[in-house]
Amino acid sequence: MTASIPATSGSVLEYLAKQEKKSLLRFMTCGSVDDGKSTLIGRLLYDSKLLFDDQLAALKRETKRNSTNHGDIDFALLIDGLEAEREQGITIDVAYRFFATSRRKFIVADAPGHEEYTRNMVTAASTAALAVVLVDSRKGILRQTRRHSFIASLLGVRHVVLAVNKIDLVGFDRRVFDTIVADYRAFAENVGFSTITPIPISARFGDNMTSRSPNMPWYGGPTLLEHLETVPIEEEAAEAEFRFPVQLVLRPNLDFRGFAGQVASGSIAVGDPVAVAKSGQLSRIKEIVTYDGKLARAVEGQSVTLVLEDELDISRGNMLVPPEDRPHVADQFMAHVIWLHPDAMLPGRSYILRTEVDSVSATITSLKHQIDVNTFAEEAAKSLRMNEIGVCNLSTQAPIVFDSYKDNRTTGNFVLIDRFTNATVGAGMIDFPLRRALNVHWQALDINKKARSALNHQTPRVLWFTGFSGSGKSTIANTVEKMLHAQGKHTFLLDGDNVRHGLNRDLGFTEEDRVENIRRVAEVAKLMTEAGLIVLVSFISPFRSERRMARELFGPGEFIEIFVDTPIEECARRDPKGLYKKALAGEISNFTGISSPYERPETPEIHLHTVGREVTTLASEIEAYLDNQ
Amino acid sequence: MSLTHLQRLEAEAIHIFREVAATFAKPVMLYSVGKDSSVMLHLAMKAFYPGKPPFPFLHVDTTWKFREMIEFRDRTAAELGIDLLVHINRDGLEQKINPFTHGSNVHTHVMKTVALRQALDKYGFDAAFGGARRDEEKSRAKERIFSFRNGQHAWDPKNQRPELWKSYNTRVGPSESIRVFPLSNWTELDIWQYILKENIPIVPLYFAARRPVVERDGMLIMVDDERMPLHADEKVEQRLVRFRTLGCYPLTAAIESNATTLQDIVREMLTARTSERHGRLIDADETASMEKKKREGYF
Repeated sequence: MTASIPATSGSVLEYLAKQEKKSLLRFMTCGSVDDGKSTLIGRLLYDSKLLFDDQLAALKRETKRNSTNHGDIDFALLIDGLEAEREQGITIDVAYRFFATSRRKFIVADAPGHEEYTRNMVTAASTAALAVVLVDSRKGILRQTRRHSFIASLLGVRHVVLAVNKIDLVGFDRRVFDTIVADYRAFAENVGFSTITPIPISARFGDNMTSRSPNMPWYGGPTLLEHLETVPIEEEAAEAEFRFPVQLVLRPNLDFRGFAGQVASGSIAVGDPVAVAKSGQLSRIKEIVTYDGKLARAVEGQSVTLVLEDELDISRGNMLVPPEDRPHVADQFMAHVIWLHPDAMLPGRSYILRTEVDSVSATITSLKHQIDVNTFAEEAAKSLRMNEIGVCNLSTQAPIVFDSYKDNRTTGNFVLIDRFTNATVGAGMIDFPLRRALNVHWQALDINKKARSALNHQTPRVLWFTGFSGSGKSTIANTVEKMLHAQGKHTFLLDGDNVRHGLNRDLGFTEEDRVENIRRVAEVAKLMTEAGLIVLVSFISPFRSERRMARELFGPGEFIEIFVDTPIEECARRDPKGLYKKALAGEISNFTGISSPYERPETPEIHLHTVGREVTTLASEIEAYLDNQ
Repeated sequence: MSLTHLQRLEAEAIHIFREVAATFAKPVMLYSVGKDSSVMLHLAMKAFYPGKPPFPFLHVDTTWKFREMIEFRDRTAAELGIDLLVHINRDGLEQKINPFTHGSNVHTHVMKTVALRQALDKYGFDAAFGGARRDEEKSRAKERIFSFRNGQHAWDPKNQRPELWKSYNTRVGPSESIRVFPLSNWTELDIWQYILKENIPIVPLYFAARRPVVERDGMLIMVDDERMPLHADEKVEQRLVRFRTLGCYPLTAAIESNATTLQDIVREMLTARTSERHGRLIDADETASMEKKKREGYF
């Protein structure tokens, strides 16, 4: 069914033909709170005649009501959309604005300036090709200017416009402008931008925004809009190696099997050889399918469906690449990570790592250092808090396909997701794979767990006791071990306090150390099950994430979580080691249940209510569970 | 060869459709019958070619839509062979909720927002495509492409998931869902240019024709059926009008226009002095009314 389009005057069609050739520039604005970012965008929209009468009328009404800017229209009000922002007068989230000129269409990401909104700035920078960095002429280069430039550069923004704003307030003085430009260049030299274009402007009054300012005859460069319209857009992605992350396998019928995705970089033509990144299998492109017909070639940015000459097993998360220029396939790599969530990043904790098309479990194996975003100094750190940036080693449960972020912004990035809340907690830019991932391969041994456990006549298991200090974990575990021993089973009991005297003596009780404590014990327990043993682990293990991480090291049915459920009041009453008394007196910090949280298991295999019950009864309950398995 | 801005927008939308199909258990596309829905439907057909979109389409019918919208909806679904679900809030219908006696706010809340929540709960959809664009309205300018909703379908603008690159967080817990906006980065002009370029069918109400209207509070309201009560001083006139957006007929103002072709519409748009939501009566209540409605689960 088609709507008929009667022939009409040529002018609209001509206009549209011109529009058709327009390119797209995504840019961001940054600068500290009073530098006038929102005013600048509002002014660009206004001067490009992109404000409608009803929007202007609403703006004038609101200016009267809210503004500190008497008389003139306050363009910032147009941009600061959310109620809270209008109340606080600051921009707390990224806003996207659209405008177009006869040459280009623009998507502007307006990012907040405060240090506590670094994460929003990172979000804006992730899709921007250019950054307009605003500087207040009266203040010059500030900490924020440096921080914003650094973050933009870290996120791969290669072009900067240094907009020296409020030049009217310093009498359009060329010397002020020149000093600021020199200061900026001096520090930006090390930041790694391809181009820096300084422009003196007054966003409020429109000088050098869309037309040349009569107030600054000494300035011979382009206006801001002129520059944005003509700056060459990054062709890097188009010229880079071909990368095609597979989003989805399309199989509408038995005769068709195509791999749907968006070309991340480079281009591909029918007949070209391709390799499947994860398996290394080779084939050739048979067809490039789209709704609008088959194509001979597909280029960076296009969403297409590729059909191969051979029937290969390829699923979402894999990548089609040129055989002679492959990406990295590894399960360990180094990356710059920015933390986005109020709950701090903990090395050792298990997160979901999401690339454009792949999703795997991942842990940060080490935080090498944190980067001070104001001085770029590297500082030792144990965790990353919200808005902090660090360099980390990561380990994934299965290999992923990637390039270095500096080579490819699309295939070199990832986000980290909390396993329980599903919140997006971190974002990463991959630097390089770790050598050990490339060279340390799993050694296949002839005598394996199955052989060892057959010799022992038992099924290896982990009995993981969790609960408050003083809940009776160790006492029950001890009794269970005696029962198993009497049956002739080979066992080992890993007790929290005992392990802290040796293997984990370097660890304290902070959240980071508790995570590492559990990770080590889980790995030791795993080695012992490999040896064919039944392992009893008696650890407070207060966090769900770590118990889950431990569980995932083992096969189905191997990990038995036992919740020793004794109310905290009862534990404190028993207080076998006198610890509650001290904790309540404030003498012990980070004490579980008093000054540090305990997350109750949601679905433990065995849930022991201990109050009023004998230890032997409780131990027999566990023994019965094992017998029934 | 580098892509034009429309080609980039199209490719981005197709990518988004495919991400949802690959990562959600039960997606649905909200089909409102308007021009943006027509564009979304067209893009969905492209995304899964040579297959069909692997999800159903849902129309929340307030029972006050223009008659021509309903005819167009049924014809489109039949011609494309897509799975169309229609949901009406039966409770609201029994209470005879309507825009005239209950006002636009109550009507929209009960017949649209509540109805949508009912439908999403009834079918257990975990992702719902909507045609909202960031250029439409201030609070939408800050919304994510993958926009999280809690178990009560509510949007929390201050607690949105960060969205970087195109590595979307598509994970939701039980009863939670994501609203997905493939047209986030399109403007009204992009939509019209694309309709023209791709020859996408749209409801005839977008084109100027002589229609029966009354002037009420400075707006031209079309008398689409006999349910519309007329004030003593109002008289129905035949005027050459068209609509820039479509919704419930008593809440959608017409504009005087002689644009009878797509080119005419684009020409008119290029010289327009008011934004398209100007004709939407539900936005005029208060400055932040859209943000409020969205927090309650409105699209």
